[in-house]
Amino acid sequence: MRWLKPAAVPLIAVGLALGIGAIVLAVSGANPIEAYGALIDGSLSSQKTIGRTLEKATPLIMGGLAVAFAFRAGLFNIGGQGQLVVGGIFAAAVGFGFEGLPWIIHAPLALLVGAVAGAAWGSIAGLLKATSGAHEVITTIMLNFVALNLTDWLASNSWKDEGILSRTPAVEESAVIPLWGSFPTGFLVAVAASFGCWYLLERTTLGFEIRSVGLNGDAARYAGISVQRIIVATMAISGLLAGAGGAIETQGVIGRYEPGFNAGLGFNGITIALLARNHPLGVIPAALLIGAMEAGGSMMQFNADVAPEITDIIEALMLLFVATPIVVRWFFSHQEIAEVSVTSGWGSS
Amino acid sequence: MPDHLLPLGSPTAVSDQVGVAASPALEVQGVTKHFGDVVANEDVNFRIERGRVHALLGENGAGKSTLVNIIFGLYQADTGEVRRNGEVMNLTGPRDAIANQIGMVHQHFQLVPVLSVAENVVLGDEPTRHGVVDLDEAAAVVRRLSERFGLEIDPQALVEDLPIGIQQRVEILRALYREVDILILDEPTAVLTPQETSHLLEVLRGLADTGVAVVFITHKLREVIAVADEITVMRRGRVVGHTTPADTDESDLASMMVGRAVELRLKRTPASPGDQVLTVVDLVVNDDRRTRALNGINLDVRAGEVVGVAGVEGNGQRELVEAITGLRGVVSGSIILDGEEIAGRSPRQISTMGVAHIPEDREKFGLIGAHTVADNMVLNRYHHHPYSSHGIRRPGAVDDEAARLVEEFDVRPPNIAAMVATLSGGNKQKVVAAREFSHESKVMVAAQPTRGIDIGNIEFIHRRLIEYRDAGMAILLVSAELDEVLGVSDRVAVIYGGLIVSCEPAEGIDRDRVGHLMLSGADG
Ligand SMILES: Nc1ncnc2c1ncn2[C@@H]1O[C@H](COP(=O)(O)OP(=O)(O)OP(=O)(O)O)[C@@H](O)[C@H]1O
Ligand SMILES: [Mg+2]
Repeated sequence: MRWLKPAAVPLIAVGLALGIGAIVLAVSGANPIEAYGALIDGSLSSQKTIGRTLEKATPLIMGGLAVAFAFRAGLFNIGGQGQLVVGGIFAAAVGFGFEGLPWIIHAPLALLVGAVAGAAWGSIAGLLKATSGAHEVITTIMLNFVALNLTDWLASNSWKDEGILSRTPAVEESAVIPLWGSFPTGFLVAVAASFGCWYLLERTTLGFEIRSVGLNGDAARYAGISVQRIIVATMAISGLLAGAGGAIETQGVIGRYEPGFNAGLGFNGITIALLARNHPLGVIPAALLIGAMEAGGSMMQFNADVAPEITDIIEALMLLFVATPIVVRWFFSHQEIAEVSVTSGWGSS
Repeated sequence: MPDHLLPLGSPTAVSDQVGVAASPALEVQGVTKHFGDVVANEDVNFRIERGRVHALLGENGAGKSTLVNIIFGLYQADTGEVRRNGEVMNLTGPRDAIANQIGMVHQHFQLVPVLSVAENVVLGDEPTRHGVVDLDEAAAVVRRLSERFGLEIDPQALVEDLPIGIQQRVEILRALYREVDILILDEPTAVLTPQETSHLLEVLRGLADTGVAVVFITHKLREVIAVADEITVMRRGRVVGHTTPADTDESDLASMMVGRAVELRLKRTPASPGDQVLTVVDLVVNDDRRTRALNGINLDVRAGEVVGVAGVEGNGQRELVEAITGLRGVVSGSIILDGEEIAGRSPRQISTMGVAHIPEDREKFGLIGAHTVADNMVLNRYHHHPYSSHGIRRPGAVDDEAARLVEEFDVRPPNIAAMVATLSGGNKQKVVAAREFSHESKVMVAAQPTRGIDIGNIEFIHRRLIEYRDAGMAILLVSAELDEVLGVSDRVAVIYGGLIVSCEPAEGIDRDRVGHLMLSGADG
């Protein structure tokens, strides 16, 4: 049970958050058991609701991976949202721009172009940091604004659909990432991406370089690693993941690019990465959890008459407990917690 | 012994009792501490007396740092107890230790670089006036303390501008400001120049004379004989002996530590140097603040010889090493390796061309603490065959090499999957040395190669250096230890003010004259 120890803090944090959430529910006059029952009902009770959970979890996995991956090189990618919308609109452009392609070519091509567009967007922040030392937190936030306005403009000008709404045309049937029964195929892509990230980080020389730069940049330089190159490469891969998330959302869920789609998705990535403690495989359960809460939230609203904001409160509590492990460690006060601290904090450069 | 009846007085009050034998300020009884399978301390008993300087000796990994960290509350003992003035103490962290008047100076200083000396000293316990920090008062306090204990310092200076030796003074002042009567120093002299060391030893002596109990860890036996009142020796987690300088000598202590007789003087054969392998011509290099550190240095090292660079720290040694290994840019001049210019090339290119490098600061450059011992053993060759192929790492090959090196260099515990951060200081250094000695190289740049390493292993590393020399490698040895430079080198270059002021055969060299050159840059 080697995974249990690192997973302990997030698991306890989730437990605590649900517990306090129950108290909040009770205080606000709802029946917590009924409410949580509805939450599960809306997310895990049937093939259809499970499908919705997976569908919600898919972009969350990609956004979480983007943040977690960058963090392994010591980079804090706040630009997931921007990379995601850029990926989404380019996937849409390929999706509606070509006709008559077979699915086996068209769908992967659109996904690939979306991912590469996200990578290009992410690597801008990487280049800025590598060449001038500009902090990625600032540049990625700025690039988010640029990306949102750029995609808005594209969707209301060059790539605008007919009609009054500013959005792109629907993608061709051949570019759709389909449902398989009620199972969203895009979820498989996201899971594969998680394993891919894990393999890249743990088994390849590039991953070793990325982790080395993240843990001790001076020693990495001493070891002959070009820190600049790794910064650019890491931001590109991080952007690639977010961009692919946007593409899957476009091709698999919405069917076109609409401005404002999934606002906040990029930021949820930070939540997921924190819950997953930046482990690429930990991102999957973390995203499933948040995905289930999002999928079940509306059911909770209908069946138990609970304001949907309660899921936000629970998510926020989880974050709080994960980010302040002291509260959780209190539970372990009799146990030996690793006595050497080896990772740097969030946001440290 | 009714030591709990003694008053818990101020240092001056206590000093009256100096010599009134046996009133331990602190007593460790039967302490055992495990880290996983490793027994770091086993049934340790240890007494600290007021007004005495107590030296703690032992091999790398013997458990010295663990013991003092338990006393300071950083680690908790599994079993056993620590008594302060007879009362059992249950410390849960350094804060408790300070409340109990116990201070500690770590090897890695815990100062805020952008704050002034005075601010650092009072930080956490600031004098205030009308609710705001009274910086004038802080400066005055620092001045008073520094006068009283002979720790000369400018209270207004920024810590980041100070050399290591002075930063250490700030750490000591921090503790004294909190009126500690037990002061623990973990290898304080490892980073000091000989001059700074003798000054520190005087200060420690003076502190003890005011009644403070001083505990210090060191691997340098000469210091122990010079300043300690009591000596405790540890080996493999246990206390194996207790003595005083009057009853022992350096070679006795060495064998007590290691458990066998140790050659304190290196046996060596004369070198038979070949062609010039490394040539430094008119090299000009800047330091971190962009002021000149090297002002046109000339130096050459031939195959099969050791050239030692002696000098007081801060005269350009670090910049010279970093320029040769590609970690620092070059302003002008050239560095020729086997006929090829390497100035301005990347660290990767230079290392591939055959330059091995034991860096002076192992924590900063030499190791990645959160990587395993195995990964650190191949830190600069992970991308080579057989450690990877086509960009995919091959953990099996890495582990094989690491296991071989751990065995050969006696890294303890011999666990290649352990995080390097969990190793003792000296064992970390062994990992760096093992890795660099295992390259196929033409030049070895060894900066402070034995820093933090125990006597037995110093002997081992020195022998390795000589073996490598005899195998035809060119070795550039930079060390703050004049004994090390004179003992291992075939030629000795003295660096002063960014220039090599003399370079001559080590055979028959006059130690005092070298010392003089180091201090003034000129003869006589
Ligand atoms: N945080 C830790 N986690 C795991 N093992 C540890 C930890 N700290 C120390 N150890 C182990 O405990 C043993 C004693 O280490 P310690 O640092 O006390 O040695 P030391 O006597 O100070 O050696 P050195 O002279 O090399 O500094 C070593 O085997 C070390 O690997
Ligand atoms: Mg130690």
